[in-house]
Amino acid sequence: MNTIFTRGPSLQSRLALALIISVLLIFIDHKLNGFAAAKVYLNSLVSPIQYLATLPSQLLSASASRFTSHQKLLEENNQLNLQATRMSEKLQRFDLLKAENDRLRILLGTPVRPDSEKMIAELMAVDNNPFSHQIVVDKGAIHGVYQGQSVLDDNGIVGQIMEVGTTTSRLLLVADVTHAIPLRIARNNVQLVASGTGQLDELYLQHVPHSADIQVGDLLISSGLGNVFPEGYPTAKITSIVRDETRPFAQVRAKPVAQLDRIKYLLLLWPADAPQRPIFVSAQDV
Amino acid sequence: MFKSYAIALSIIAALVLQIMPMPHLADQFRPDWVLLVLCYWTLALPNRVNVGIGFLVGLVMDILLGTSLGIHSVAICLCLFVLAANYQRLRNYSVWQQSVVIGILAALYHVVVFWIQHLLTDVFFLFTYLWPVLTSMLIWPWLFLLLRKVRRQLRIS
Repeated sequence: MNTIFTRGPSLQSRLALALIISVLLIFIDHKLNGFAAAKVYLNSLVSPIQYLATLPSQLLSASASRFTSHQKLLEENNQLNLQATRMSEKLQRFDLLKAENDRLRILLGTPVRPDSEKMIAELMAVDNNPFSHQIVVDKGAIHGVYQGQSVLDDNGIVGQIMEVGTTTSRLLLVADVTHAIPLRIARNNVQLVASGTGQLDELYLQHVPHSADIQVGDLLISSGLGNVFPEGYPTAKITSIVRDETRPFAQVRAKPVAQLDRIKYLLLLWPADAPQRPIFVSAQDV
Repeated sequence: MFKSYAIALSIIAALVLQIMPMPHLADQFRPDWVLLVLCYWTLALPNRVNVGIGFLVGLVMDILLGTSLGIHSVAICLCLFVLAANYQRLRNYSVWQQSVVIGILAALYHVVVFWIQHLLTDVFFLFTYLWPVLTSMLIWPWLFLLLRKVRRQLRIS
């Protein structure tokens, strides 16, 4: 066997070269954001590995659905019917209220809120990188997904789209340390900013004065400031308030209402002023 | 045919295992599959797999995990350099002694990734970040035996 020193540069110079290139890449990517355009192609390049990785769980859920008993399906059907009835009752009232609200807004001379378009996306991969909370979903540029798009689950806001690939895209969760979201308290419209802590079940509310009217259990909804997230979607619930007067601000923590550790189906939103429109590739997507 | 691609295939399998979705509870115990497989090939065939391959695989890891390009390459390159520089000594160790060395390298890997991330963003250290070190140590002997069997059966050198 020939040793590694017989051909090519020595091990030390290889290491030095690799480290220098890596540091350059980190600098260009993180500080200058120089790979934003290339990331689409890079993400598309590695997407076969992601499809491979989700294959076992898809097979498992496919076989599980094949073996579901008749009884269970009937039960589930019943439950869904009941839920649909309850929802449609709410929807009737909602339509009425919406019409009334639109009329009032016209009277006040404020613009009427237009509806946003939606598409269902499915989880493809969860990153096991403990330092950042990102997930990959199965909708990409060919579906009209754009950077900064807001994503919901059935309870509330999950996060925003960070990178778009051809058929997949990467989503930054609200609980990530680098993420912050403008919110207001549903009860009294106090404006707050919640940043992620790196724990999936905790958000930290920044710069809350000691005198702020805020209580444990308050629901926080997105305020629409910053023009990233649309207004009015539930995001978090206050879990603890520490009013330590020796500190400049109250220490307020909240728990996201979306179940960030058990995501399966997500809703992508296209508000009326979105830079792109959704493209429904197959009938399933609608 | 299969023989010439065995190393690449094993690395791709490790990448798949590395990003496979798992329940949140089990996720923090996931061994560093990619690092382990690269470590094995560096110990067995340092003339074919060393810092260069580690750099490329690290870039793929960065794209897959959504970190800034280069973070995992730095960590993997450092670990593989230690192995490639000392492979003759490490080969003579028993599998259990090797697994201790691998554990130290895995700890180095995680600490380097943490340091770089800490410089770039304000992440703070949790001890749960180091669970993979333990699971990697436990997995190493079995992975070592498996890959050695593959290597001997296919006579890769």
